[in-house]
Amino acid sequence: MVALGCLIYIQPIMAVEPNERLADPLLEERARMLSQNIRCLVCQNQSIDDSNATLAKDLRALVREKLTAGATNDEIFDFLVDRYGDFILLNPPFKASTYLLWYGPLIFLIVGLLMTVLVMKKSKRRASEKPLSQEERVSLSKLLEQKDET
Amino acid sequence: MAKTIFVLPFLVFFGVVTYFIIPIVKKSDPKLLPSALIDKDVPENKLPPLFENKTGFDHEDLLGGETLVNFFSSWCGPCRVEHDILMKISEEKTIRLFGINYKDQTQAAIRWLDELGDPFEKIVADKDGRAAIDWGVYGVPETYLIDKEGKVRYRHVGPLTERVLEEKLMPIIQLLRNKKDE
Repeated sequence: MVALGCLIYIQPIMAVEPNERLADPLLEERARMLSQNIRCLVCQNQSIDDSNATLAKDLRALVREKLTAGATNDEIFDFLVDRYGDFILLNPPFKASTYLLWYGPLIFLIVGLLMTVLVMKKSKRRASEKPLSQEERVSLSKLLEQKDET
Repeated sequence: MAKTIFVLPFLVFFGVVTYFIIPIVKKSDPKLLPSALIDKDVPENKLPPLFENKTGFDHEDLLGGETLVNFFSSWCGPCRVEHDILMKISEEKTIRLFGINYKDQTQAAIRWLDELGDPFEKIVADKDGRAAIDWGVYGVPETYLIDKEGKVRYRHVGPLTERVLEEKLMPIIQLLRNKKDE
């Protein structure tokens, strides 16, 4: 039962079929790492490592073929980007058109902090600027006296 | 300064909303991707012809005139849907039409063309789908518009329709042809 549960749990994680695997465990590990960072364009939120689409299978084979031929990781990524565009990378590349994507959160944080500081400064100033007037002080002490009596 | 900065979040918010609403209003499908090959040379693949007794084509045969290159398969449902449009393009000689038979069995492809008609001037067979990867194909049918210099000008993913032909392809084809006259 437990074994069955494990099987059901494990299956969707790997779409790589046994016969696709490379004999060299180091190369195979690199192939897996690369595949996990390559988007399957058929089922667009899955990596080719996860996907059962035939295109994903073809791309997995292609990645392994190139690794065996001695290609570097970047060469393989570049090969795919040349054909399918940046969208095939699950990690958006860091370049001029994606600066906003990468720096955006930092900009929002800075703007947020700036505004917090401004608001805090302002409320502090308001509190310290105006001391209680004579009238307010009298009514305050009255209120306090009333409270003491009850 | 202190006052105006509070307007900033609203401006940013409306900016973001507008950015995301435009594709919804325009009903554009985010799953359709622009081709990475636009304005680049077509890949140089040497593929065998589908029919043994007919000639195939390669990147050099695409020079000299505008061409539509259509990836199709006998197992692909949407390809059947677009077949009438392809036949029409072929009958009316709108533009030169070449086919690349994607990951198909030769006999099945030939039977399919016998049944529905063969709109292609030339057909090559991409049995293992490797050439298609060079073209950036991610789902058949896909149609590429190639200019007379052999550069990719437009890519349509999914079945061609009358509307796609009239509104997307024809304007670019006209533009390319006008350029030729100059």
